[in-house]
Amino acid sequence: MSTSTPASQRTTTTTAAAVPAKRPFKFSRWFGATGWRHLVGIVMIVFSMFPLFYVLSASLNPNGTLLQSNGLFSSLGFDNYVTLFNNPQRPYAAWFINTLVIGLTTAAGTVFLGALAAYCFSRMRFVGRRFGLLSLVIVQIFPQLLAVVAIFLLLTTLGDIFPILGLDNQIALIMVYLGGALGVNTYLMYGFFNTVPSDLDEAAKLDGAGHARIFFTIILRLVAPILAVVGLLSFIATTSDFVISSVVLVTPERQTLAVGLYQFVSDEFTTNWGVFAAGAVLAALPVMALFLYLQKYIVSGLTAGAVK
Amino acid sequence: MQTSTQNSNESIPKVVESKRQKRAGRIAEHASGGVIALLIKIGMLAVVDAIAVYALFILFLKQDWVIFTVVLVITAAINIIYFKRGLLPLKYLAPGLVFLLLFQVFVIGYTAYISFTNYGTGHNSTKEDAVTSLIQSAQYRVPDSPTFDLAIVEQAGQFNFLVTDPDGDVTIGNTETPLTEVSNAEMSGGKAVSIPGYNTVNFTDIVANQDAIAAMTVQVSDDPNDGALRTPDGSSAYLYLSTLSFDEAADTMTNTETGVVYADTGNGAFTSEDGEEILPGWSVVVGVENYVTAFTDASIRGPLLSVTAWTFAFALLSVATTFILGLFLAIVFNDVRMRGRKFYRVLMILPYAFPSFLGALVWAGMLNKDFGFVNVALLSGAEIPWLTNEWLAKFSILFVNLWLGFPYMFLVCTGALQSIPDELQEAAKMDGANPWQIFRRIKFPLLLVSIAPLLIASFAFNFNNFNLIYMLTNGGPRDASAGINVGASDILISMVYKVAFSGADRDYGLASAFSIIIFLIVAIISIVSFRQTKALEDLN
Repeated sequence: MSTSTPASQRTTTTTAAAVPAKRPFKFSRWFGATGWRHLVGIVMIVFSMFPLFYVLSASLNPNGTLLQSNGLFSSLGFDNYVTLFNNPQRPYAAWFINTLVIGLTTAAGTVFLGALAAYCFSRMRFVGRRFGLLSLVIVQIFPQLLAVVAIFLLLTTLGDIFPILGLDNQIALIMVYLGGALGVNTYLMYGFFNTVPSDLDEAAKLDGAGHARIFFTIILRLVAPILAVVGLLSFIATTSDFVISSVVLVTPERQTLAVGLYQFVSDEFTTNWGVFAAGAVLAALPVMALFLYLQKYIVSGLTAGAVK
Repeated sequence: MQTSTQNSNESIPKVVESKRQKRAGRIAEHASGGVIALLIKIGMLAVVDAIAVYALFILFLKQDWVIFTVVLVITAAINIIYFKRGLLPLKYLAPGLVFLLLFQVFVIGYTAYISFTNYGTGHNSTKEDAVTSLIQSAQYRVPDSPTFDLAIVEQAGQFNFLVTDPDGDVTIGNTETPLTEVSNAEMSGGKAVSIPGYNTVNFTDIVANQDAIAAMTVQVSDDPNDGALRTPDGSSAYLYLSTLSFDEAADTMTNTETGVVYADTGNGAFTSEDGEEILPGWSVVVGVENYVTAFTDASIRGPLLSVTAWTFAFALLSVATTFILGLFLAIVFNDVRMRGRKFYRVLMILPYAFPSFLGALVWAGMLNKDFGFVNVALLSGAEIPWLTNEWLAKFSILFVNLWLGFPYMFLVCTGALQSIPDELQEAAKMDGANPWQIFRRIKFPLLLVSIAPLLIASFAFNFNNFNLIYMLTNGGPRDASAGINVGASDILISMVYKVAFSGADRDYGLASAFSIIIFLIVAIISIVSFRQTKALEDLN
């Protein structure tokens, strides 16, 4: 019933739009057409925003226990933020930098490796191309975190020989993450690369450009939106990974935010709450800012992957 | 369109390449790269090769031939790919492939191998290491044994014992290499104090590293049965012998005090005749034992089955709830007449931008039974065990996942809805379809075609949504009757993690067996669902 009302009025409003100011404002009609949508919107905003408000309020509440955080914005102060950066046992600043470095390096590596492969699959015809594309999908079915035990033992072995590739080393972690660089990302990029007309390549080739020049100076610029999307998705996936990073990184100074902040609350859950909230706010801000800034690209990237 | 076909028609005669044109093409290819590009290429390959040579050198010294071969093959392949003309696709694929093969394909195979071993606490090294550490752990100081004069010397961050025995002979060794005689040590008062190539550790540094030095055991000779030297203070060492003695010929371990003989029975530990094992043991291939345990041991099979069932329920319900809410919102906000749609959209997708592990942790605080916001402030002090009751924990997980996941579904459904051409709707309306029919018969099937792969991907993601479970409930409440550390809201992947990495009793073998079981489940689902999607595409 409810769905039929707005649609039947849609026809009337389209005519109304053509001849405006003729009909007086009627609340019931407005509510039936768009008003109820605003109601849904408000309910959903409360639902989606509330936890974010709560954590912001908790982070600003100087009485840092879980119970006292329940009074929303009852008292304000930056004590939790100060405490956060002055705890040598929980080096938040180091976690933050580690996360950024690991996340950005992995994202850059993923974008680069993925773009190389996508260019190859999109522009070249070679034996085993179909097989290659297919096996990329198949390999992706098995996420890396399922093999976490094997990764742990592999790094233990490698670490005995090359300490740089061993446990508790961030370079080792980045290399493990890069193992997942090809896959879904390549597929997403492959789809986008295909939309760039190959006439451009041909023209450049006739002008004497080699494959590398075409790739680096022509194609990469044209596919910038998908590079941003893949980079961001990879950054988000890396920074929120707990399983592999918690197994690989051992010393507190080398850990990432996900591992560190989890231990923050798992140790003394209720008393550390305010400090944890401060850490959460600071950790979330850059990601959320980046996300909102690149929102347009992400939305188009997500839908481009799905809707051809 | 037409111009482009014409163009390509015109260019076809040019494309039929004569030898000369091919050569010209090659020259153009070369010229286009330029000197700088060539230098960059050579420079990068030089770095790769330098690292590889260094790695090969170390591997050669360690005599680790398996990894040596792997590194050699990979390096050779890279050099061939980039120096040989042609092989263009491989030039672009190789960098990603190396990582993919090592950290994705190989580790899957390695997981399968581990699942056939008893790798885990008490069984995590080779037999040789196990023998050494068994003998060392049973050491006692030999009564009335002579005192050895000792200096601690350091080389490359490793401490060594520089020992002068009562006869005046000087030897040096560390925890890895047994004592070997040296002649070039500098003596002072009948005691060797330093040796070229090593730094003598002074008293302050010895005090600073007291624990590390006191824990050192340096074997007297290659044969562990000969005993080892240990030092309580860093200036004198004593001979320690073990109550366990290893008989290499008979492959047995004998307790010299009780006379019990422990034999290698093939299960990765020395075992006495009455079945007593002495640990640490070593890892051995045990065949399908882990799988047999998983499926026959009642205290593991029960939890495994219930966890599998909950994993499926959780993944399905997560996809269903987020999709339904997302689709509903997409329809609601897909009305051009509505004002402020952008505003609503940005605020609604914020949970998607919030890092998911933080989201789960924040909700864990809000749903806390005694102090959480939901119980204390919203429900005025009700003590509802949101996370500690079996069913409420499952409900909470689904609810929090709805919060985390609906924005994604909202975004993709909006995109899919907008890509459906309006003409279809118009045509249907002309034919007299009502809005519900338009949605049910036209929009929804079309939407499903484009969304179905994403729903499958979302299912696959949630199937292994470790963070949510681990951060929100930690799998709890724990199932006390289970033989492994597992709780009511655990999913398969969090169970694997707990079996392998939590608590004192780590069982890598069993955890890997679980992993392989998940692999198989995921593979079967994927095959079936890919077939289904193809069927859906045929609809279009």
